[in-house]
Amino acid sequence: MKHLLEVKNVRFGYGDRSLLQQVSFAIAPGEFIGVIGSNGTGKSTLLRLLLGELKPDDGTIRLLDRPVQEGGALPGVGYVPQQGLSAVRGFPATAEEIVLSGLYTSIGTIRPARARHRAEARHALARVGLADAARMPTGSMSGGQLQRVLLARVLVAHPRLLLLDEPMTGIDTDSADEMYRLLRSLTREEETAVLMVTHDLARAREELDRVFCLEYGILVEVEKEQLEHELQHRHRHPGINGIPLPETWDEEALHAIAPACGWPAPVNSVNRTSEGN
Amino acid sequence: MDIFEFDFMRRAFLVGLLLALIIPCVGVVMVFKRMSMVGDALSHSSLAGVAVGLLFGFNPVLGAIGASLVAAMGIEAIRKRIPRYSEMAIAIVLSAGIGLAGVLSGFVQSAAGFSSFLFGSIVAITDLELGIVVTIATLVLLTFLLLYKELFYIAYDEQAARIAGVPVRAVNTLLTLLTAATVSIAARTVGALVVSSLMVVPAACAMTVAKSYRQTVTWSVVFGIFSMLAGLTLSYYARLRPGGTIVLVGIACLLLLQVGVRLAGWIRRRARRGIAVPETAEGGDSVAG
Repeated sequence: MKHLLEVKNVRFGYGDRSLLQQVSFAIAPGEFIGVIGSNGTGKSTLLRLLLGELKPDDGTIRLLDRPVQEGGALPGVGYVPQQGLSAVRGFPATAEEIVLSGLYTSIGTIRPARARHRAEARHALARVGLADAARMPTGSMSGGQLQRVLLARVLVAHPRLLLLDEPMTGIDTDSADEMYRLLRSLTREEETAVLMVTHDLARAREELDRVFCLEYGILVEVEKEQLEHELQHRHRHPGINGIPLPETWDEEALHAIAPACGWPAPVNSVNRTSEGN
Repeated sequence: MDIFEFDFMRRAFLVGLLLALIIPCVGVVMVFKRMSMVGDALSHSSLAGVAVGLLFGFNPVLGAIGASLVAAMGIEAIRKRIPRYSEMAIAIVLSAGIGLAGVLSGFVQSAAGFSSFLFGSIVAITDLELGIVVTIATLVLLTFLLLYKELFYIAYDEQAARIAGVPVRAVNTLLTLLTAATVSIAARTVGALVVSSLMVVPAACAMTVAKSYRQTVTWSVVFGIFSMLAGLTLSYYARLRPGGTIVLVGIACLLLLQVGVRLAGWIRRRARRGIAVPETAEGGDSVAG
């Protein structure tokens, strides 16, 4: 199966501080994947690398069969940022105006939006359960409603790959349930792939196809059953599963550590297929 | 009306109307990009160009446009280098502009000519200046209308706009250049010290009444035109400086709107409580109204 996203041997650091040591993974159409990890381990940085906002120090990233270029457009990719709520909150716009901006590519440069574009925007709002909120100012919306507006802005363009940075933060359980149902239907019915950064381990175990854990600069796929136990264990010890971390990271050190954790081998080959899903 | 008997006043109203159309358009986008102070940085930098124009004997408006454009490009260049502290770019260029204008103004022979740019001289517009205002206003208005949705997208989420394919860098550069041109022609007419308030105050007024982005833009232009025309008329009859009067009318509008909105909210709350009384009374409780 052709992968929508391929990350191969990516390394990245801010100045002298190395953040991502060895990150390799691939996502196939229709997969619903989560990335977990403690605060500050580089989850949002990983998304910024995928979006071309940062350039990896080493390694390659291919999105929809094209190499990611720094600062370039990403047609076919939808992104809902972690601080998405703050961007929209306080901005004087209606839900329909926000969702219409997601149709930028199909409307075209300089051209104004037409009636059919407005109809598409309202349809996207209906999909996220906000059919009656098209003319509602975003300033008077709750956190959950705003998050759904941002998701509608992404969905209206029918992306093949969705990148979501903690999309359930600040929204109630019912709204989160609705969001998960919607994302699940997207992956199953439209073959959209979803990569979601999350802290909700319980939901990750229930809802996601695969879960990656990013800690200490390495990304490993975690067995969903032992997700919580392994993470708790990790946080109690200065190393990984009691094994002290190597002073310098290299391929050899990485492979030495990962099996000792009792986890599957690091996902360091893009040749990995999604037969397990 | 005798105010329109004079050619200079007819000209002042035409220039004022054009500026009131374009300044709020640029201002709305700058306010939402959290760059309200850009107007200040550019207008103060334009004074350095005015001084150069007066020193070397060419039209100071052209000098102001040149200095504003250089300042605008300087802001963009610094923003790219330190994106996380982009507001510092404005402060740096503002300081440089004031410093340069201060030093150069010491060499200018005509102090009155230079100070007319501080508070504006809308009633002393030459034919060349009128031509420049008409040209730049047309350019700004056309660009704003054509790039309406691009500017909207960039204003509220620059990152998402870039991912969606909006040429963010090109649009930002164009916007900064047009802002520089707008600010420099406005500095001549309403004054360098007050031009930035014309970018911000109509937007602030509009935000108190508008419920969408489209309405915010429309109301900004309406408030901008009202402040301009009312300010010019008032300054003519009360013999006040036009630039300052225009801004003070805008500030008065903002204060009245704020009071009006709070008053309307208070009346609504009172009305709601008034409706609740009979319902509660029916249940046997007595509630003071």
